[in-house]
Amino acid sequence: MSSVLYDTPGPRARRRNTLYTAGFLLVLAAGAWWVFTGLAGKGQLEWSKWAPFLTDSRVWTTFLLPGLENTLIAAALALVIALPLGAVLGIARLSEHRWVRGTAGTVVEFFRAIPVLILMLFANAAYAAFFDISPDSRPLYAVVTGLVLYNASVLAEVVRAGILALPRGQSDAARAIGMRKGQTMRYVLLPQSVTAMLPAIVSQMVVIVKDTALGGAMLGFSELLASVRPMSANYGANTIAGFTVVAVIFIVLNFALTSFAARLESRLRRGRRSAGAVVAADAVEELATPGEHVGHRPEPPGRS
Amino acid sequence: MFDFLQGYDVPGAFWTTVQLTLWSAAGSLLWGTVLAAMRVSPVPVMRGFGTWYVNVVRNIPLTVIIVFTSLGLFQTLGVSLGADTFTVINFRLAVLGLTAYTAAFVCEALRSGINTVPLGQVEAARALGLGFTQVLGLVVLPQAFRSVVGPLANVLIALTKNTTVAAAIGVPEAALLMREMIENEAQLILISAVFAAGFIVLTLPTGLFLGWVGKKVAVRR
Repeated sequence: MSSVLYDTPGPRARRRNTLYTAGFLLVLAAGAWWVFTGLAGKGQLEWSKWAPFLTDSRVWTTFLLPGLENTLIAAALALVIALPLGAVLGIARLSEHRWVRGTAGTVVEFFRAIPVLILMLFANAAYAAFFDISPDSRPLYAVVTGLVLYNASVLAEVVRAGILALPRGQSDAARAIGMRKGQTMRYVLLPQSVTAMLPAIVSQMVVIVKDTALGGAMLGFSELLASVRPMSANYGANTIAGFTVVAVIFIVLNFALTSFAARLESRLRRGRRSAGAVVAADAVEELATPGEHVGHRPEPPGRS
Repeated sequence: MFDFLQGYDVPGAFWTTVQLTLWSAAGSLLWGTVLAAMRVSPVPVMRGFGTWYVNVVRNIPLTVIIVFTSLGLFQTLGVSLGADTFTVINFRLAVLGLTAYTAAFVCEALRSGINTVPLGQVEAARALGLGFTQVLGLVVLPQAFRSVVGPLANVLIALTKNTTVAAAIGVPEAALLMREMIENEAQLILISAVFAAGFIVLTLPTGLFLGWVGKKVAVRR
């Protein structure tokens, strides 16, 4: 148990650390006690409020599973539509023609600077006003549209970073054997950068899954979060229990995606199948700055 | 052309957005720094708590957190954060939720900044006999902060956009006003353009300015 930030503890440091540990545990215990008495005081810890999730399968079949299904459908649709769109935008940003580059750049910067919720509200109203979509499926359309517009522009940056991260020699070699620009992109750069981008794409999935909850709170989309209210109405105001279960489902789902992305990344870094370029899973947040053109970021000096 | 704006306090709504952003930014910077310090501290329990907090909070949708502060904390448990009108209570609850959520991202940004401080700096500090708190507070964190201005700017911009989620619990900020205006007025495109422009005005200069600051203060190595 040692890090560069501190020496291996001697007897005095060990005693002090024990003291800190005890103090911190005491603070945590006090916090837990405060939450516990608060919950118990409002009757939120009664078994009847938590039992339905274990004993009554209808909670799952009527509320939670359909909600989860809608969440996953919206997220999957958004990713499937946003990916090709993002690829096109990302490649367009690397174009040699200034107007193509400029247009794609403006579109990307525009949609990254605007909150997803604003995009969803706009899409919802636009579908109501200009399109013939049944009110039942409109929330899904609006949520997916908002997610696609935002995430396509984030994925465009991921694609751009992935292509830029490839060694220059790759396109030089392609040019040397007489490939044209389109061929270089299709046969040399894209296939390699797709593997490099996988971790970033998987971790963007987490952002998409999380943002579907906006539709539940603001547009009446019946996803996982939206199932809390009807559940609490049907099972005796078990709001806290409902929120806990919904949050745990989200955490498990997203944590699985996050660790999958991290595993993928370390695997790709170890493997020698691509040209050695990897867009890290946590690069997405850094790529998502409006106004700043982040290209190839050098790796920070590692620490063992 | 813009007469649909009459009767609506658009600047006021954006002012609420800005206030939400600033309060939550201050709170999450503080709490995020504490979390980052915990995650590199020599006390295993604190390290464990920091890791647990970041992993749990980062994976819950912000919307769930914000709606929970209202439905769970306020309506079920009666936590009102010392306020008595609904507007103030919801505003404070939103700041609480945004702070709790954003702090996880601040913590991660800071931790990556701590990793950019060269080993020699830390070793030199330890050789001088500085303890952990001194190493962190005098040598590591000041350099880490300077190298993470860029990532922190991203967090701030994300936070600015995330404040729209407060609309879910009725904080009268930009997104809520936009929804109300869309319902009442026929000018969908113009209304959306106004709000889109508002957010571009808020986020683009922040990104450009802090990007510039980040380059200026970065430790040259």
